Amino acid sequence: MVFGRARVRALLGLLVAVPVFLALAVYLTGGPTHAGGPAFLDQATENGVFTALASLAVTMPFFIPLSVAVVAGDSIAGEASLGTLRYLLVRPSGRSRLLFAKAAVVALFCMVAALVVVLAGIVAGLAFFPHGQVVTLSGTTIPFLDGFGRSLLAALVVGASMFGLAAIGMFASTFTDAPIVAMAMTIGAVVVAAILDGVSQVAFLHPWLFTNYWLAFADLLREPMRSANIWKDLALQGGYAAFFGSVAWARMTSRDVLA
Amino acid sequence: MASHAFAIETHGLAKSFGAVHAVDGIDLAVPAGSIYGFLGPNGSGKTTTIRVLLGLVNPSAGTWQLLGHRMPGQAMAALPEVGALVEGPAFYPWLTGEENLVRFDAMGPDGQRQTRHARVAEALTRVGLSAAAGRKYKAYSLGMRQRLGLAAALLRPRQLLVLDEPTNGMDPQGTREIRHLVRQLGSEGTTVFLSSHLLSEIEQVCTHAGVMHRGKLLAQGTLAELRTTATPRLRVEVDDPARAGAVLERLGMSHLERSGAQLTGSLDGLRPEDCCRALVEAGVGVSLLVPERLSLEDAFVALTGEGFDVAG
Repeated sequence: MVFGRARVRALLGLLVAVPVFLALAVYLTGGPTHAGGPAFLDQATENGVFTALASLAVTMPFFIPLSVAVVAGDSIAGEASLGTLRYLLVRPSGRSRLLFAKAAVVALFCMVAALVVVLAGIVAGLAFFPHGQVVTLSGTTIPFLDGFGRSLLAALVVGASMFGLAAIGMFASTFTDAPIVAMAMTIGAVVVAAILDGVSQVAFLHPWLFTNYWLAFADLLREPMRSANIWKDLALQGGYAAFFGSVAWARMTSRDVLA
Repeated sequence: MASHAFAIETHGLAKSFGAVHAVDGIDLAVPAGSIYGFLGPNGSGKTTTIRVLLGLVNPSAGTWQLLGHRMPGQAMAALPEVGALVEGPAFYPWLTGEENLVRFDAMGPDGQRQTRHARVAEALTRVGLSAAAGRKYKAYSLGMRQRLGLAAALLRPRQLLVLDEPTNGMDPQGTREIRHLVRQLGSEGTTVFLSSHLLSEIEQVCTHAGVMHRGKLLAQGTLAELRTTATPRLRVEVDDPARAGAVLERLGMSHLERSGAQLTGSLDGLRPEDCCRALVEAGVGVSLLVPERLSLEDAFVALTGEGFDVAG
């Protein structure tokens, strides 16, 4: 249902376009520039797998969170604005059951969004660049299939990294009948986190920002893999999801539905 | 047969929004099997009451039962037996009418998959929407949307239908069809709770009615019971209106109005035959004498002391 909507398809299309654009740009300009740029981009010409990882690094700060904010913010408020929420509840779907069903779809979307980026990145990367052994960030080499597997794992980690934001989005979505407000609040949360992340005076807050470990997936490309930050990320996302999910549930099960 | 006497029963049900008492302590009693007209002008609290009844809005006070189930605790047991149209239809604009119904059926605990497509087709036929089943909802007219909302309420046999202004936005032909459908459902044993601001609609379709005004339920009962709340009037046509007026006034008739050879007045407990005898004995020639059948509108005006306008 969610995946059949034009706007969701457009978002996923955007997430496919980014890796293709990246690969094309690097290919046409004749290779790495070593002039900064997003992580992994320098290695893109060495192996197609890195196109996927560079794409994740590019889409992680904004495109993926944007698409998650749209889908999560729309989850309940979208039904309210259409008026279908009252019919779903009278049907009866059960307020808790409806919220959990929506949460499952939003979680699935997080995973699909990240997987779409990685798969599109690998396909685009293989089309333009070699696909032999993969040189890890630690300088060792691993077989291509291993590198491919790690890319997929990176996608799962990135998808799960969105759970905190998704919960914020659903929380916002239960407090308003206007989906655009819920989406804006969710994107606002990403912006606030990014700003706080850049202010060194509040460094004590940084480990608690849901954006803090968003690029931890890069540790998967080290040899041996480093998982400490990834586990911290997953724990942090779980904490955010539990807190905002609980507030959303409390609101959902007690509110007056007037829309 | 239903084990409960009342399909809907409320005790002191109230809902306030801040200082506004949208619903102000009402005791509804909707007999099982009745077609109950929930009558009141716009803003009198009808829709808020319906939202509370269906568990969408938490009441500020009071208790209620649907089909013998205590609400809101037993909502999951009661609501599958209730079909509802609340404040206009609402569907996904990017799906067809048929897709919307299929999805709606799948969202509940009672929508049997094997029979789903057959039930959807039957409901669409019943509301006269078969021809437009494959069109996107966003292309539907208001009347068609209203029909689709009714179809959703009829996807399975229900014990109770709660229909909030079901003929809103419909052309006269559609309105007739919906009235016919409601009567038919009633004759099949479904209790229908029908809200409307149209007196004529209630009068044509319903067996019972309740009158809402400014959040209060002023009266309820069968239509015949409600009509008696207004004082009946007597209309006479005589050869000597002036003398007739004097005679009737002496008898105790009030609110006398004269128009040509006709006189109309409130009976105020007088019997029409006594009035007739008095007129004839006074030498007045009576060519016409009609105790006027009271309309629900008369009852409404008598109850509220005002006309049928938006409550301020």
